[in-house]
Amino acid sequence: MSSLADHGGPIGAVSDGAATIEELGGSRRATPLDRVQRSLHAHPALGPFLVLACSSLIFYALNGRFLASENVSLMLQQVAVIAALGVGQTLIILTAGIDLSIGAAMILAQLFMAQLAANDHWAALPALLLGCVVGIGTGALNGTLVTRFRVPPFIATLGTLSILTSSGLLYSQGQTTQASQMPGLLNWTGNLVKIGPFNLINGVLVVFVLYLAVNYLLTQTRWGRHVYAVGDDLEAARLAGIRTRLVLFSVYAFAGLIVGIAAWVSIGYTGAASPNNAVDANLQSITAVVIGGTSLFGGRGGVFGTLFGALIVVVFTSGLTLANVNDLYQPIAEGVLVIAAVGVDQWIRRVKA
Amino acid sequence: MSTSVSSGGEPLAAPTAPAPASLDAAGGAAAAGPPPVPVLEARGLVKTFGHVIGLRGVDLTLNRGEVLGIIGDNGAGKSTLIKCLTGALQPDRGEILLEGRQVSFRSPLDSRQHGIETVYQTLAVSPALDIAANMFLGRERVSKGPLGLLFRKLDKRGMRAEARQQMARLGITTLQDMSQRVETLSGGQRQAVAVARAAAFGSKLIVLDEPTAALGVRESEQVLELIRELRRQQLPVILISHNMPHVFSVCDRVHIQRLGACAGVVSPATTSAEEAVAIMTGAKQLVAQ
Ligand SMILES: Nc1ncnc2c1ncn2[C@@H]1O[C@H](COP(=O)(O)OP(=O)(O)OP(=O)(O)O)[C@@H](O)[C@H]1O
Ligand SMILES: [Mg+2]
Repeated sequence: MSSLADHGGPIGAVSDGAATIEELGGSRRATPLDRVQRSLHAHPALGPFLVLACSSLIFYALNGRFLASENVSLMLQQVAVIAALGVGQTLIILTAGIDLSIGAAMILAQLFMAQLAANDHWAALPALLLGCVVGIGTGALNGTLVTRFRVPPFIATLGTLSILTSSGLLYSQGQTTQASQMPGLLNWTGNLVKIGPFNLINGVLVVFVLYLAVNYLLTQTRWGRHVYAVGDDLEAARLAGIRTRLVLFSVYAFAGLIVGIAAWVSIGYTGAASPNNAVDANLQSITAVVIGGTSLFGGRGGVFGTLFGALIVVVFTSGLTLANVNDLYQPIAEGVLVIAAVGVDQWIRRVKA
Repeated sequence: MSTSVSSGGEPLAAPTAPAPASLDAAGGAAAAGPPPVPVLEARGLVKTFGHVIGLRGVDLTLNRGEVLGIIGDNGAGKSTLIKCLTGALQPDRGEILLEGRQVSFRSPLDSRQHGIETVYQTLAVSPALDIAANMFLGRERVSKGPLGLLFRKLDKRGMRAEARQQMARLGITTLQDMSQRVETLSGGQRQAVAVARAAAFGSKLIVLDEPTAALGVRESEQVLELIRELRRQQLPVILISHNMPHVFSVCDRVHIQRLGACAGVVSPATTSAEEAVAIMTGAKQLVAQ
């Protein structure tokens, strides 16, 4: 957002000039600000990308180690879990919904994977698949509440947040399972892999593939179109002959599958499955989506914006630490970014024809 | 409301005058030729919204190859009527027959799969999607290549080209770029998208709820010409409009809706627009046929 604010001054002055011309009866011309508004409107991921690029450069200028390959590798590993959950959250927010339970669902799925494999001696693949089924189940539960019982998504997922959190604690009896107790497949996502100068974990690659796949679904398939149409104007989509309930339900269920994948990545990244893992993940995934330019009103945005949004948060955390700024400024920066992103979204939505 | 309609009706008498002459032929043919074949029939439709009564037992018949107008004041139940006919609303009581068979549409998709295309008053377009995407909303084409077969990839280019052809065929020149988002279009252009969609896909009948409300003179004339063309192709049309000259120049029969009920069905060949407006506002009553 800082880049936009920087340009705000001079551009604002130009548009003021245009306004006076208008008052004198001159014809309305597109000001540079209008053009910025229009291109952000057409490309919702553009704003977050610019913020990411500018903030990275600034942090690099403050401390050269910021863009060193070790630090970039570390940031990519740190972002993986939230970025994965962000994909599911993006789908739901695109339908003008929200999922407050997504992190709790991930913890539950990962506890199932870990305990079935470590305590109940299931083979790795069935344990992994059952964890994914648990994820899909949580999504289907939210989807049923939203589509069949017409509970607003905020309330439905607030309820399932409590239910899933406690279920996880009950099921695991508060115990943490170390990755070393699990079969190799379950913590395969934590294995190191070297890509060029970067030392990554397999989980990062899984998440990257996830982004490519969901981006394809959203932009190149019928289902993706219908997701946008349903989020944009539910009644119009229904009148145009879209099975809106089915689309909505499928979005929640599919987000549940992504929860399962995120659980797998999380086991690898943290090297354990614990009911106290990633308790902030619910809100962090929403933060990533919102900073990523997807509109809370639905119908506008996409997954790559969310990737940038998740990266921005990690970049600020790392960059501020490397710049020797007190840790407490990091949440402040994050809060400012979220509010600024929603403000920019409101402004973009008023785009003129 | 009613005064504005009737005062609008009076000066319009002149332009409608030549219309009956041209319609006489059609009306005469209908009377003398084979008996009309009903495509869509509704009997005793009732629809209430809590305490508000939308429809209080409405009958309607649409014959093959005919343009049926529906007129009525604001809130007379015109939109409610066609929503019940097309599955957007479910009537509380009454029955609907499509080509003689009883149907009960549970959604707009249901009626669409039976060949009924509707332009709703609210247009039902998705602002964030582009023109081509809206034209093909709900019936997107998958590309022919391996990507389409394996990964269900949309044939965006093909749909765009076809949308452009459809616009050209309908003589809609205000829409050039099929990848323009609908939210950036003017009200009239959006209406053109909705009408083009209905005209492109309607196979049994087409329902138009105030399709010219936001259109300019030239664009309105194009929609009327389109309706005439559909009639030449024997495709029946239901047209809701507040514009009496439009209704009386293209319709074969006019269903007058008043206070949730049908106040009568008149033929433009024998009834003038002023008389129809008088019936519509209750100033005059039609003896049951
Ligand atoms: N969803 C709804 N809920 C409650 N009342 C409704 C609803 N839809 C329609 N009505 C009521 O039903 C009546 C008929 O409305 P309808 O929309 O059919 O009128 P109309 O003839 O199409 O009017 P207009 O010319 O303004 O489009 C009105 O009194 C309206 O308030
Ligand atoms: Mg209406």
